[in-house]
This record gives sequence, structure tokens and C-alpha cells, in this order.
Amino acid sequence: MNVVNEVLAWLTDPAQWSGPDGIPVRTLQHLWYSVLATAIAAAVALPIGVYIGHTGRGAIVAVNLTNLGRAIPSLGIIILMFTIFGFGIAPILVTLFALAIPPIVTNSYIGVRSVDPDVREAAEGMGMRGRQVLWRVELPMAMPLIMAGIRTSAVQVVATATLAAFVGLGGLGRYLIDGLAQRDLAEVVGGAILVAVLSLVTELLLGRVQTLVVSKGLTERGADAAVRAKVEKAA
Amino acid sequence: MTDGPAPVLAAELIRWSWIGDHLDDIRDDLLQHVQLTFLAVLLGLLLAFPLSLAAFRWPRLYAPILGSTGILFTIPSLALFILLIPFTGLSISTSLIGLTMYTLLILVRNIVEGLRGVDRDVREAAEAMGYTRARQLFQVELPLALPVIIAGIRIATVTTIGLVTITALIGQGGLGQLFIDGFTLNFATPIVVGIVLSALLAFTADLALVGLQHQLTPWARSRGR
Repeated sequence: MNVVNEVLAWLTDPAQWSGPDGIPVRTLQHLWYSVLATAIAAAVALPIGVYIGHTGRGAIVAVNLTNLGRAIPSLGIIILMFTIFGFGIAPILVTLFALAIPPIVTNSYIGVRSVDPDVREAAEGMGMRGRQVLWRVELPMAMPLIMAGIRTSAVQVVATATLAAFVGLGGLGRYLIDGLAQRDLAEVVGGAILVAVLSLVTELLLGRVQTLVVSKGLTERGADAAVRAKVEKAA
Repeated sequence: MTDGPAPVLAAELIRWSWIGDHLDDIRDDLLQHVQLTFLAVLLGLLLAFPLSLAAFRWPRLYAPILGSTGILFTIPSLALFILLIPFTGLSISTSLIGLTMYTLLILVRNIVEGLRGVDRDVREAAEAMGYTRARQLFQVELPLALPVIIAGIRIATVTTIGLVTITALIGQGGLGQLFIDGFTLNFATPIVVGIVLSALLAFTADLALVGLQHQLTPWARSRGR
């Protein structure tokens, strides 16, 4: 109980909520690393996943990439990048980028690939060409899975952006690293709670975005259950 | 720390003489890494089986288990390990408990999904043949769920191999220790060695588990899956 009170005291202390190492600034730094890395990763990974799904070329890579990605030790990557680039934003960006790529490639691949062949043929029968089939049929139908991939990556990125503090950068990880160094449990727990809340908010917000970008035709009842089953399987 | 180290040249990434001089340390780190991973997955399996059977039998238990999985993965793993320190100290049990929690949740999800995925017709056929519930579970449902269960063990193992490196920050890191060494010395070679070895370890373990699945599910082979 004592720890709970200390953590509450830490979280509600007005001094924590202002200044250059206050919670708002740390949160913005954390978000800045996360958004930048996820956006760059999505810009690179989406075309790759969609291309593999559309053409079927390189499928083995796309399927195994996510599992391979789990084997990448983020702590090692960030320290290595630190010894190469020195102090700056590059080490954390490279680390988060490497973390975010695999789920987006794999999910967008599965999303495009698992579009019902009958639907694809119907589109071709209606006179659509390859590119039209991609943009007007495959991509909209793959959208739930594409978004699932982006959500998975974004949540992992937000949780892992904590490591930025280890190489002298800011973000919410500062509270974890500094708290660990000073044996200040309240600070560590408070920091951990803040990161977890930020991850959950990310997940919820992207869930909202998903309902906006996914075609209505896919979210009507019967179709909804089928898509959701597919999404769960891939996640 | 704010000034940071001077950037190193790419040629400095691997200094073979350092590797030669530190083979013993590297071997010890690798062994600790394997040991932590093996124990975490084994403990996870031992705990996951009764839990999964319960969640399979009483579906109401399943939603809270899945929910806690989701939340656990939003907490930075470093934070989870640090939070365990007050209870278990800077000992190997801190790393092990944290790692086991992650494997447990992955394993429960896959075991339950595997059991649920068993075809209803197969289940009814077993019942019609007079199988008791226990016999049905061990001779029909678990074998058929095996591919999904092993997929879970693969994910748990590879995830654990990655997570072990994080525990270096609380003093028990297996190959992660090499990252800390490289950071302290501002020297890339130990870091590269650590990354390469942990990736190789994950790859080897994954391949071994695929091989195990191949051995354990001979019926899936004949269908040319």
C-alpha cells in the first residue's frame, strides 16, 4: 500500500507536470520518437507487404518476417547505433523502425493475399485491370489487417521507445532509467504506468482510425465476424 | 553522457582479437541465455497447461486471460523487470519470473485456441466411440491441437530470447550483458557479437521446434502440408 501511495504522490505532484523534465514534455518526446518511427516504417513496409500480397512474389519472406522480427534485440540495436552515430535521435529511430517493419509487412501481405479469389475474379470480370483491382478491391478489403499490423507495431514502438532514455535521450523512459539508477521505486512505477497508458491510448486511437478507414461494407454484421476472426488469427 | 561518444568507423565494428580474448565470457553469456530461455519456456508450459485446460473447460475464464495478455504487452518489458525487483531482488528469479509471465500468456492463448480449433465432428466421433473426457483430451484433442500449441511455443521461445537481453539492465542478461559491456566500453564488437548470437539462437531454436513439430505430427506430413 505504501508503494501505491508513493506512486500516487509522484504522479500527482504538480512539480512533475511542468518544466523541461515534466510529464507533458516527456510524453511529447516519447510520442515524437514513436510517431516518426512508425510513420517511416509504415511508408516503407506497406508498399512492400502490399506488393508481395498482390504479386505473390517473396511470400516466404513476408510470412516469416514477423517471427524473425521478434528475434531482433532492441537493446542491442540501440546501443550499437549509439556507438556508430553517437548522441542523437538516429539510434532510437533506427531501433523502432526495425521493430515496426515486420508486423506491417506480414499483415498487409496476409490482408491482400487473403482477399477471396472469387471477388478478385469478379472485379476482373467487371473489366478492372491489375492496378484498379489493387486500389479498389484488394486494398479496401485488406484494410482491417493492414490496420491491425500498424496497431501492433505502434503499440510495440510506444512500449520500446522507453529505451531512448538509455542512450541519453528523453521520453518517458527517463523515469524508468533514472528511477532505477536512484532506486526510486515510485518514479519507476509512475513512469511504467505512464508508458502503459500511452500504449493503451495508442491502441484505442488507432482502433478509432480503423473504423474510419475500413469500408462500411466490411463492417456490417456477418462480414464483421469473418474479418475479425481473420484479424485475430493474424495477430 | 550528453556529449556522447565519438562516432566509430565501420572497420571498428568487429575486432576479431577481442572476440578471441573473450571466448569464455561469450560462452558463459550464451549459456546463461539458453538456460534462462529454456527455464522460462518450461515453467511457462508447466503453468500454462492447467490454466489452459481450465480456460477451455470454463470459457468465462478466457476473456480475463486474453485481456491481461494485451495489457502485459503494453507495459515496457524493462518496467516489468524493474517492478519485480522489490519482491525478488537483483537475482536470477527476477528475470525468470518476468520472462515466465510473458511465455505463460502466449502459451495459454495458443493452447486454448488449438483446443478450440478441433473439429466438432472429430470430438463427437470420439464421444460416440465411448471415449471418456480425459481420454478424449489426451488422445484426440491435444494431438490435434499440437501444431497450434507448438506455434505458441515457437513464439514464446523467440520472444523470450529477445527479452532476456533486456534483463541485462537489471543484472541478469545472458547475451544482453555483451550490450552493456559494449556500452560501457563504447566499443561495438561485443554488441555485434551479442546481436548476431541472439539472432542465431532464436533462429536455431525456432528451426528445432519446427523439426519437433514435424516429428510429433506425422499425420500432417502425409497430406503434404
